Amino acid sequence: MTPLDTDIAHLLAGSMVLVSFLLLYQDRMFALLNIFAVHAWVLAFSVAWQAHLQQAPHLFITALIALVFKGVFIPVALHRIVVRLGIHRSIESVVSVGPTMLFGMALVALSIVVMLPVTEAAGAFVREDLAFALSIVLLGLLMMVTRRNAVGQVIGFMSLENGLVLAATGARGMPLVVEISVAFSVLIAFIIIGIFLFRIRERFDSVDVRALDMSRGESP
Amino acid sequence: MTPFLLNQLAACGIGLLLLLAALGVPVSRLSSGSRLIYGSCALVCSGLAAVALYALLVPGSGTAAVELPIGLPLGRTLLALDPLSAAFAIIVNLATAIVSIFAIGYGRHAAEPQRVVPFYPAFVGAMNIVLLAQDAFSFLAGWEFMSLASWALVVSEDRSAGNLKAGLVYLIMATGGAMTLLLAFGILAGPEGAYSFDTMRQTAAAGPAAIVLALALIGAGSKAGLVPLHAWLPLAHPAAPSHASALMSGVMTKVAVYGFIRIVFDLAGPPSWWWSIPVLIVAGITALLGVLHALMEHDLKRLLAYHTVENIGIIFIGLGLALAFEAGGLPVAAALALIAAIFHVFNHSLFKSLLFLGAGAVLNATGERDMERLGGLIHRMPVTAFAFLVGCIAISALPPFNGFVSEWLTFQAILLSPQLPQWIPRLLVPAIGATLACSAALAAACFVKAFGSTFLGRARAAAANTAVETDRWSLGAMLLLAALCLGAGILPGFAIDSLAGVSESLVGAQLAAQSSQPWLRIAPIDPVRSAYNGMLVFAMIVAAAVLTAIVVRRFASHGLRRSPAWDCGFPEASPVAQYSSSSFAQPIRRVFGSVVFRAREHVTMPKPGDTGLARLQLELHDIAWDALYDPVIRFVNVAADRLNAFQFLTIRKYLMLVFAALVLLLVIIGAWR
Repeated sequence: MTPLDTDIAHLLAGSMVLVSFLLLYQDRMFALLNIFAVHAWVLAFSVAWQAHLQQAPHLFITALIALVFKGVFIPVALHRIVVRLGIHRSIESVVSVGPTMLFGMALVALSIVVMLPVTEAAGAFVREDLAFALSIVLLGLLMMVTRRNAVGQVIGFMSLENGLVLAATGARGMPLVVEISVAFSVLIAFIIIGIFLFRIRERFDSVDVRALDMSRGESP
Repeated sequence: MTPFLLNQLAACGIGLLLLLAALGVPVSRLSSGSRLIYGSCALVCSGLAAVALYALLVPGSGTAAVELPIGLPLGRTLLALDPLSAAFAIIVNLATAIVSIFAIGYGRHAAEPQRVVPFYPAFVGAMNIVLLAQDAFSFLAGWEFMSLASWALVVSEDRSAGNLKAGLVYLIMATGGAMTLLLAFGILAGPEGAYSFDTMRQTAAAGPAAIVLALALIGAGSKAGLVPLHAWLPLAHPAAPSHASALMSGVMTKVAVYGFIRIVFDLAGPPSWWWSIPVLIVAGITALLGVLHALMEHDLKRLLAYHTVENIGIIFIGLGLALAFEAGGLPVAAALALIAAIFHVFNHSLFKSLLFLGAGAVLNATGERDMERLGGLIHRMPVTAFAFLVGCIAISALPPFNGFVSEWLTFQAILLSPQLPQWIPRLLVPAIGATLACSAALAAACFVKAFGSTFLGRARAAAANTAVETDRWSLGAMLLLAALCLGAGILPGFAIDSLAGVSESLVGAQLAAQSSQPWLRIAPIDPVRSAYNGMLVFAMIVAAAVLTAIVVRRFASHGLRRSPAWDCGFPEASPVAQYSSSSFAQPIRRVFGSVVFRAREHVTMPKPGDTGLARLQLELHDIAWDALYDPVIRFVNVAADRLNAFQFLTIRKYLMLVFAALVLLLVIIGAWR
């Protein structure tokens, strides 16, 4: 493995972290979906590059799944849902962007601090890959916590899952069955969440989760 | 009979009991279903008692364990009747068999037999599993099964709030006790996880033995009713139907004693000298507080339940002495103390069952447990009164009955304490002896009160005036127990001799054979030093009574005159004005009340000219409850209130909690490195 190979892998994984930050910052609905698509594309490239490096052809399948489902199918479907729900003009009320970004940076630092000593036995390549993956997972969680809109939370969940796939491909010997089942579970989750979005909307005329809270007799 | 066959028979007996439990579900709905189940229980338990007696009397006959293919993946279920198991199996099954005979008659009055009948054999079977278990897993499984089955019996009869509270308190205490025993076995098993008792004896414990002692004392003590872990006992024992109360109080507490002996004497290795100190102190306090609480009660069954606490104290005094002597290098004295304790276990199982059955008969006949509303029952229920009186005499430790013998043996052990090498137990043991003497005297006072206000005098309420004698099965069971109380009192030598194998295996010594003593006397240490002859005492009592009867018949006037009893010059005809059970207890309450019970009396007098009633209100506290349980209950309530808020958070807040926890853990990992 030449240094260039490693650098490209790091570049792709690092780009995913960067795109995660973009997701965290984005407050318009369509832009959010587009950037999520970018996130999935970068994931697909990263996985494909890993497949090339590890000479593991089954990882190409994983990359293909990521590209087709997460890079194309889910964003398009979410796009249609947003249009049908008529919330394409609404603006996500993100908890003030500045502190969130700072907190996100702290999370990245934390994951590096945690991951690098823990995985000392593994090669440098895997270690940094894992640190990136953990950052993406944490940023996805942060996004789920800070978003008020259900669509935003779904995107946060999906980006979290992208981080998991990245970690899985970085650690060698991950069986294809596991990857396919993870991808499948995400698809199921997407379907269920999509149905729920419509149900919520039917009942509350909004997909703002605060409406749900109010229906339980609580103030937002 | 080969050893293997013996243990297989015992295992079959347990299997039969569990089968009866399953059978009890459909059968109990039939009209005579409960009699069938109880009768079968009596037969199976008699068989088990006979098998256990054989195992105890023929040395080495019960040692090869039966291995059953159930249990943990790593361990096996081992059942065997070694001397200790056999001794307790006799005690448990003998009392259970007789209580089952009582239940044949008593069970007919049950309103909902299907809530009681299936659990009864299950309870008995579970107790036998605990006794026969030779590995920690089956011991604990049996222990938990026993707790659950008896809990079902506690809440079976009455769905009142008080009863449900009793069941809840019992369940919590039972869970806590089983938990501590689990930890004790975990320490004993060592890092390899050797859970069979045989390997536990050989391997060194993983932790300090002091922790094992403390855990055993808490775990077994909470089931047996050691103060301050006794709080559930006076709530739960009376709540069950009377035959189940008799089993819980007379028999189940003995299973707890067995657990303590098994862990501390058998598995934990040689004791240190200071082990006896906590045991003796707790036991002394238990004996005294138990009897004082019993004196304050005027609910007959609660009184008996508190009395169980006292007797458990006496038993643990014997066990503490045995520990002290064993550690002090006096094995014969240790054998004496241990045999005194186990013999008292046997005796208590007889007379406490008898008394609970008597209370059950009274409850059945009158519908009353409150002694302030009973009285005069000796005219209505003469046979029950006779049997109850025998139980009262036996539990008050009066010769020639069995209670006297075991307490006398305990005192003989106490009198050997000057030979102990350490000065702390040498000073402590006489003090405990004084406590024991005090509690024995108070126990006698307590049973004068119990018998007097229940059976003597005039009926204080209408229900007691219309009572009729109970059925023949119940009477037969009570008379059988009374006869056994007398038999064990006048022929104690056989019981002591048969326990030789137990003391040999646990403390490595045995007493001199008592059956070789002349004239059926017992002399545990040396005939010159002390000896007791129950038969002689009995013969003298009978002779004196017969002589008095002859003299009275011969020389007294034959004229008969009926006249009203002298009423101190106050012509008050109401039976309520009789000397009552709380009147009887009042002097003792005055002496101990302000300290032990924090007793307060409130007198409300009407104003002069007002014709309203004057009132005397009495307030009693259980200090263990106030000091130990209330703070815990308050803490749990406050914590539950605080945590309640977490039930109604928004999804986002839940996510935030998960996220915060994850970040916190990651920070800890990062900082740790």
